[in-house]
Amino acid sequence: MAWVNAIIQGVLTGGLYALFACGLSLMFGVMKVVNLAHGDLAVVAGYIAIGVITVTHVPVLWSFLIVVPVMAALGYALQRTVIQGALDRSVLTTLLVTFGLSVVIENALLQFFTANSRAIGTGLPLVSGSFSLGSQIQIAYLLVVIFAVAVVVLLGLQYFLSASRYGRLIRAVADDREAAQLAGADHRHVFGIAAAVAFGTVALAGLAYGMYSQLSPTTGTDTILLFAFAAVVIGGLGSLWGTLLGGVVLGVAQQIGAQINISYEVLAGYLVFLAVLVLRPQGLTSRRAGA
Amino acid sequence: MSLATETGTRPATGFRVTRSQRNVAWTGAGALIVVVVLALFPYIVYSGTTAVLVQAAIVLTLASMWNLLAGYAGLVSVGQQAFVGLGAYSVLILALHGTSPFAALPVAAIGCGVAALPLWWLVSRLRSGYFAIATWVLAATIMLIIERFSSIGGGTGMPLPGLAGYDPALLTADTYWAALSVTVLAMLAVYLLLRSRLGLVLTAMRDDEVAARSSGARVGLARMLVFVVAGAGCGAAGALLAISQLQVQPGAVFSVQWTAEMAFATIIGGLGTIEGPIIGTAVFIVLQQTLASYNAWYLIVLGLVAIAVALFARRGLWGLVDTHLNVRLFPVGYWVRLAAERPRGLLTRPWRR
Repeated sequence: MAWVNAIIQGVLTGGLYALFACGLSLMFGVMKVVNLAHGDLAVVAGYIAIGVITVTHVPVLWSFLIVVPVMAALGYALQRTVIQGALDRSVLTTLLVTFGLSVVIENALLQFFTANSRAIGTGLPLVSGSFSLGSQIQIAYLLVVIFAVAVVVLLGLQYFLSASRYGRLIRAVADDREAAQLAGADHRHVFGIAAAVAFGTVALAGLAYGMYSQLSPTTGTDTILLFAFAAVVIGGLGSLWGTLLGGVVLGVAQQIGAQINISYEVLAGYLVFLAVLVLRPQGLTSRRAGA
Repeated sequence: MSLATETGTRPATGFRVTRSQRNVAWTGAGALIVVVVLALFPYIVYSGTTAVLVQAAIVLTLASMWNLLAGYAGLVSVGQQAFVGLGAYSVLILALHGTSPFAALPVAAIGCGVAALPLWWLVSRLRSGYFAIATWVLAATIMLIIERFSSIGGGTGMPLPGLAGYDPALLTADTYWAALSVTVLAMLAVYLLLRSRLGLVLTAMRDDEVAARSSGARVGLARMLVFVVAGAGCGAAGALLAISQLQVQPGAVFSVQWTAEMAFATIIGGLGTIEGPIIGTAVFIVLQQTLASYNAWYLIVLGLVAIAVALFARRGLWGLVDTHLNVRLFPVGYWVRLAAERPRGLLTRPWRR
C-alpha cells in the first residue's frame, strides 16, 4: 500500500514539476533562449506574494492577481531589454547573461531576505487539508489543485499557441523569423509577449511551490530549475504534453526513492533523468532523434 | 592549417606569416621573471598575502579552464563545480589512506580528467543551453552520491587529515607553491594547447563553428579534449581548495558559486583570449577583498559587471586593451604581414561572428 501511495503522490507532484517546466520549455521553443534564471524568478514571484500578503493583508488567492501580471510585465521588460540584447549578439551571450542574472538574483535574495526559508501561509482549509483513500493514503487537496492548475495551464498554452492571434504570431516567428518579419510581424514585440506568458507560468510555479513547501534563495536553482529541466528532458524537448509526462515520471521516481530511504528522494529523480539521457536522449515522447 | 607553409613557399606575394610579434621574447622573459618573483613571495610577504594569492591562483586556474570551454569550444558548462568537488574529495580519500595531500594533488587532477570522459559521454548529447543545465544536474547528482558515504564525512564533510604534523609556516608556503605550480602548469597547458594543431581547430570554432566544421575541423573531438582538460584543471583547483581550507564539505566544494566565479572572471577579462582570465581574476580578487565585509555583495557586483560586459564589451577588458594597442602577451595566433608594413592581425582577430 505504501508503494501505491508513493506512486499517487509522485504523479501529483509531477503536476507541480510540469508547472515548473512549461515556462522554460516555452522560452526555448520560441526564442531558443534557455533561461538559467528561470527558477530564481519563480522564487522572486513567491517572495513578492509573501510581501504583498504581509503588507496588504489580501487573501492568498487575491495575491495571484497581483503577482502573475507583475511577473508577466517583468518578463516583457526583461525580454525587450536584456534578453533581446543578448539574443542579438549570440546564443552564447544569452546563456552568460541569464546565468549572471541567476547568480545576482540568488545572492540579492540572500542578502536582503537572509537564507531562511519561508512559506506562503494560506490558512485555507482547501489548501492545508487532505482527504483519505482507504486507510493509508492521504492526498492533500493542494497537490490535486496544483495538478489541475498544471493541466489547465498546459491546455491554455496549447489553445493560446494554436488558436489565438498572438499564438499564431509566436509560432510564425519561431518557425521563420525573417518570413514573419516580411509579413509585418515585429519579432521583438512577439518575443516579449511570449516571455510575458512564460513568466506568468513561472509566477504560478513559484506560488505553487511556496504553498506546497518552502521557498529559500537557493530553491530557485537546486529545486525549481533543475527539476524543471529534468522534466523537460525526460518528457522530450519541445513537447508540452511530454513535459507533463516528464514531470510525472520525475515525481514518481522521487517518491519511490523516498520510499526506499528518505534521503534518496532527489537522487532517484536525477538517476532516472540520467538513464533517459543515456537510453533515450530524445525523451520519452519525441520521435525525432537527437536533441 | 597549411596557411603558414603555403604562404612560406610563395615569398613573391610580398607578405609573410609569423606567429609572434617582436615583443614575444620580452614577454617570455617577463613571464619567467614574474613566476620567479612570485615563487619568492613566501620569503618576502606576510602569510595573509599568500593566502589571498592562493585564492587568486584557484580562481585563475578555474577561469582559464572555463575560458577554454566557453571561449573556444562554445561549451557553457554550469557544472564545473563537479570537478572542483571531485578534486577535493580525491585528495581527501587519498589522504585518509595515508598519502600526503600534496602528493595526492596531481593524482586528483589526472583522476578528474579521466572522470570527465564518461561525464562527457552523458552530456555531449545536449546542445548549448541544455548542455549548461545538464552539467549542473550532473554536479548535483555527484554531490548527492558522495553525501551517501559516511566514511568520507557524509553530508557534513570532514577535516583533511595528513597535515597535522606540518609546521604552520611551512604549510602556508608549501600550499602557496603548490597553488603557483598548478596555475603556471594550467596556463602553460592552455598556451601549448592553443599553439598546437588542435588550437587552430579551437580558434576556428571560436570564430565560426559552421565554417570550421565545413573545412573539415574535427569539432567533436576538440570539444571532448577541452572538456577533459578542463576537468583535470578544475580538479587540480579543487584539490588546492581542499589543501588550503584543510576541510572538505560537500555543500561548499560542489557549490555553483565556483562556476559563477570562474565564469564572471573570464567574461569580465575577455572570453576567448588567454590574457582575459588573468585580468578578470585580478578584478575579481580586488572586488572580493574590497567587499569582503559585505557578504554576498561581491558576487552581486561581479554578476552585474559580467552581464554588462557580455552585452556591451563582448571581448572584455582585454578586448579593449587589444583593440587599442594590438598586443598579445601569448602568441597563439598567426600574423599576416605585408612587407614593410606595421603588424596587423588578421587570423588572430577574435569574435568575427
